[in-house]
Amino acid sequence: MNPKKGNAGKWLAYGIVGIGALIMLAPFYFMFVFATHSRTSIFSAPPPVYFSSNLVRNIDILVSTIPFWRNLGWSLYVALASTALTLLFCSMAGYAFAMFEFRFKNILFVLVMGTMLLPQFMNMIPTFMIMDALGWINEPRALYVPGAASAFGIFLMRQFIGSSVPRELVEAARMDGCGEIGIYVRIVLPLLGPAIGTLGLITFIASWNNFIMPLIVMRSPDMYTVPLALRSLQSPVDTQWGALMAGSAIATLPLIVLFVFSSRQLISGLTAGAVK
Amino acid sequence: MSMKIPKSLRISPAWAPYVLLSPFVTLFFIFGLFPLGFSLYLAFHSWEPASGLASMSFVGLRNFEFALRDPWFWKSMGNTTWLALAAGVPQHLIAIPLAVFIQAGFKRFRNIVVGVYFMPYITSTVAIAILFSSLFSTDYGLINQALHGLSHIPVLRFLVPVGPIDWLGRPQYVKPAIAVIVFWRYVGFNVVLYLAALQTIPKDLYEAATMDGASSLQQFWNITLPSIRPMMYFAVTLSVIGGLQLFDEAFILTGGHGGPDQAGLTTALYLYREAFDFDDFGGASAMSWVLFAFVALLTWLTNIAFRPRNRSA
Repeated sequence: MNPKKGNAGKWLAYGIVGIGALIMLAPFYFMFVFATHSRTSIFSAPPPVYFSSNLVRNIDILVSTIPFWRNLGWSLYVALASTALTLLFCSMAGYAFAMFEFRFKNILFVLVMGTMLLPQFMNMIPTFMIMDALGWINEPRALYVPGAASAFGIFLMRQFIGSSVPRELVEAARMDGCGEIGIYVRIVLPLLGPAIGTLGLITFIASWNNFIMPLIVMRSPDMYTVPLALRSLQSPVDTQWGALMAGSAIATLPLIVLFVFSSRQLISGLTAGAVK
Repeated sequence: MSMKIPKSLRISPAWAPYVLLSPFVTLFFIFGLFPLGFSLYLAFHSWEPASGLASMSFVGLRNFEFALRDPWFWKSMGNTTWLALAAGVPQHLIAIPLAVFIQAGFKRFRNIVVGVYFMPYITSTVAIAILFSSLFSTDYGLINQALHGLSHIPVLRFLVPVGPIDWLGRPQYVKPAIAVIVFWRYVGFNVVLYLAALQTIPKDLYEAATMDGASSLQQFWNITLPSIRPMMYFAVTLSVIGGLQLFDEAFILTGGHGGPDQAGLTTALYLYREAFDFDDFGGASAMSWVLFAFVALLTWLTNIAFRPRNRSA
């Protein structure tokens, strides 16, 4: 498409992209609108298009039906713990892969990357059995410990360290008598800012949205994360749609805020595997 | 930041990589590799979850035999393939021209536009699927009401069904409903991938083509498409792998059961049910390996379809 070629084509392109953008945004808009309506007014003809005044009531129903604040707390706790562990372990391992030569380096790296290609459902059943054997059912660590061995995290960290931590700096520190852990803490870590930000965001979002693992290991409603808690509100007979929409909106809002402030970094990180 | 590292923690450069790797590698072996081997082991065993690990017994290929004869398993494979195609193919057919339009026409607001298209990808599948299950509701769901609204426009009247559609209650409508959500969720991700590929095409290629009098469409066909072919390979592979793992949307929209006549039962969802609803861990593990073989096969076919041809193109 050549932009200089006449205005008609350009306006057509604007129109198509604009309509597409509206379609992308509309479900979010209705999620927030529905969150402020009662169950009966969500399902009326014509459907509600503007915000109403039922949000507080919906939240009341939400927190009296399920331990929603607790669920929100677990989601936050698991996401933060998962992010912290992943950042620490992946930056350490990524540093080792980027800067050191050691036995089994290549085979280990290939092995780790290979698991990135394997579908998640392959590990679903054995992971449940391992968690059961460890006594980690209903334990938040069942959610954040396994995830810390993130192949994508290692890949991202290795690429970043390889391209932006100068080898000479590491060597010079070593000459000056700085220990290996000191080098990691004082030289490597402070240079990892952008990579930490990107991987941190990706890990936080993935953990926040994760459904299948909590579904398998969290059996008590008190320990549910938000996606599970919302799902438990769905009932074939009598679903409290207003409360459900309020819960969904609360679960989505933090991600939207996070995304508004970091979309460029996040997008470049998530597509890092694609763009050489 | 002058943090003192205690002498006892000093390690030689020869040991450093092992120390740095040890936490990651420990977790990787326990939660990454071991489950994989264990899953293969389970696939050849029968096991009663209620009576502990001791009741596990070797059954040879019986789990695979069971999987391959199970009509629900085949139904789920059919559903999964249908969904992967119906949600996946349009994703690319629409994402590519969208990326071209955005690349050509949006300079100042590009980041905002890209952000809007990307947003569905980062939000919770569960929250979104729950929202859509209300939009798809029969009597007063927004989607049925919108369709009804369209029926007042004379030209479109013949395209629109007469009564409200029972999207989630009738076998023939469940899959399209799921496909709509999946399409909505991933189309923007593909736009971003294709936009990245478009950046790498040299501008003078288009300038030279314009000089030679090539039309926009010819340029798209002869320059743009061949140039983004490697990205198409990558993006389609991701769609295949992701599409065949579909779980969250199907689970929420069908209440975790697969829907009327199992029309929304994806294989990942059926694996979950086989293990956790029907207590057959061995059978479910065998199914997961069959599905994995299918994923590998389709990935390989994608590779063949997009393998770079002669440079002359």
